[in-house]
Amino acid sequence: MELFINQVLAGIATGAIYACMALAIVMIFQAIDHLNFAQGEMAMFSTFIAWQLMQWGIPYWWAFLLTLIISFVAGIVIERVLFKPLAKAPVLTNVAGFIALFAIVNSVAGLIWDFTIKQFPTPFGSSPFLGSQLISTHQVGMIGVTLGLLIALFLFFRFTRIGLAMRAAAAMPESARLVGINTSWMVALGWGMASAIGAIAGILIAPVVFLEPNMMLGVLLYGFAAAVLGGLTSPLGAVLGGFLVGVFENLVGTYIPGVGNELKLPIALALIVIVLVVKPNGLMGHTVVKRV
Amino acid sequence: MSTIQESAAETQAATVDAPPKKAMGLGRTASWVMLIAFLILPLLVKNFVIFQVTMVLIYGIAVLALNILTGGSGQFSLGQSAFYAIGAYAAAILIEHGGVNYALTLPAAGIICFIVGFLFGFPALRLSGIYLALATYAFAVAMPQLLKLGVIEHWTGGVQGLVVTKPDAPFGLPMSQDMWLYYFTLAVSIAIYLASVNLLKSRSGRAMMAIRDNEIAASAMGVDLSIYKTLAFGVSAGITGVAGALGAIAVQFVAPDSYTFTLAIALFLGMVVGGVGWLPGSLAGAAFIVFVPNIAEGISKGLSGAFFGVLLFAVIYLVPHGARQAAIYAETLFNKLRRS
Repeated sequence: MELFINQVLAGIATGAIYACMALAIVMIFQAIDHLNFAQGEMAMFSTFIAWQLMQWGIPYWWAFLLTLIISFVAGIVIERVLFKPLAKAPVLTNVAGFIALFAIVNSVAGLIWDFTIKQFPTPFGSSPFLGSQLISTHQVGMIGVTLGLLIALFLFFRFTRIGLAMRAAAAMPESARLVGINTSWMVALGWGMASAIGAIAGILIAPVVFLEPNMMLGVLLYGFAAAVLGGLTSPLGAVLGGFLVGVFENLVGTYIPGVGNELKLPIALALIVIVLVVKPNGLMGHTVVKRV
Repeated sequence: MSTIQESAAETQAATVDAPPKKAMGLGRTASWVMLIAFLILPLLVKNFVIFQVTMVLIYGIAVLALNILTGGSGQFSLGQSAFYAIGAYAAAILIEHGGVNYALTLPAAGIICFIVGFLFGFPALRLSGIYLALATYAFAVAMPQLLKLGVIEHWTGGVQGLVVTKPDAPFGLPMSQDMWLYYFTLAVSIAIYLASVNLLKSRSGRAMMAIRDNEIAASAMGVDLSIYKTLAFGVSAGITGVAGALGAIAVQFVAPDSYTFTLAIALFLGMVVGGVGWLPGSLAGAAFIVFVPNIAEGISKGLSGAFFGVLLFAVIYLVPHGARQAAIYAETLFNKLRRS
């Protein structure tokens, strides 16, 4: 029983990473209706910016804030310059664009900061939390930030005018335009926010997985799985999905004999597929009613 | 509330734009020109180039298979690399352990993959769009790990993989191994291309396209959704398996890490660049995924990824509908010239 609780705790700790990433993915999915494959790489780049700022002697929280602003602006610029011209192109072409962006960001980061692994500081310290060996104060801080972010997003979308406008633009672009919402800029704003949330995710994850251009690869895969598991339309679902994937993965590794690190991911994914077959729109997603 | 959901459904329905049936294949003249070009090409270039063009043909078959699935029946798949791997391993194991003639391994690989794909199509029936993409993606990620499993290591060679002997030209024909393999691949490609075009023109193809354009309307017209969707998966997987088998023979080597998720992404890019739903475009897409990474590497070693991305962006800006758009443009230009 103790082993079980410990493994669940450790799973929740890694799950917090996936939850962060999944939250960013769902955000941009709500704004633009596509899965952004380059999301992880954008987050990685933001984290490198934060690291660079700290190398220049800027204190942690100032660097954090500056990185958020830079990422937000960069997200908007990327949308305006690269993806606005593709707004009318087929969905699959847009996905190809994301893959192109992925390749560019990864390669440029590798050139600027090279591929050696870098340490990244944490503001929460990394001592064991309440005497537990499996979960550190950093991981608890990470879970706290993720939940705080979730509540902030909920309040933003529920109670502010601009949040309402963004939801309207995503749900019914034509009608939203008719009531005077600038839907094109709402998409750009969605990109900016997703990019900033990605930056937070990256900064939180970096102390755990270490900073290097490929650090997000594995995290992104799990993040996608978590987002889809939770239902792509629900931020709460994404966070829940993230924790579930983390716990799943750990329990599979512990309790199914003969499963090394290699098979953890495939089995976790297979479980997710089974969940999806039972609930095709994810755990928290609402059913899309089709018009005949 | 219901209106919101309706409009969401409408935007999702337009994920694959529908090319008219006539535009699925190439015109007669263009087909003959292409065929002759491919027949005389190996006489003019070096062995290495012949090998590269062989790889273009092989990837072209795999992209074509994805095109039948996505362009034909409107289902996404990021799992093509898994079927490609199964085909490649089937061929390698049959040749090396079973001593089977290489030409006979192709139908075997095709049938094995057809069965796997058909079975995979059943859980896929309940999923669509992004969710289906995730399920197939899980399959693609799992495949290299499954191939490394200790239980089947005696057959698969584990992490090291298997070495496949390259076939000689039969009947004492005076040509190099590369050249013979090229013509062999070309013959297989043409057969698969013709079969695919005819499949999409047939009753089954029309049923698949009806499902792609509007599932509910199709089922109301009496199209059996589950049969045709799983069939599309099976056919696509089978053709990918043949491509995988050819790939194993051409590269002379199979290993789990040659068939990762990256391959599935590459095949997907090939389909987009070639034009979704336009079968001849598969070849253009395959050429893109074989040659452009090399070109990018040639421009700059350190920034090859960036240049690849920029070239990809350039292509999708110029022709968002892929090579099909370029072909239509070329055709109208040609007709104008002929008239004036």
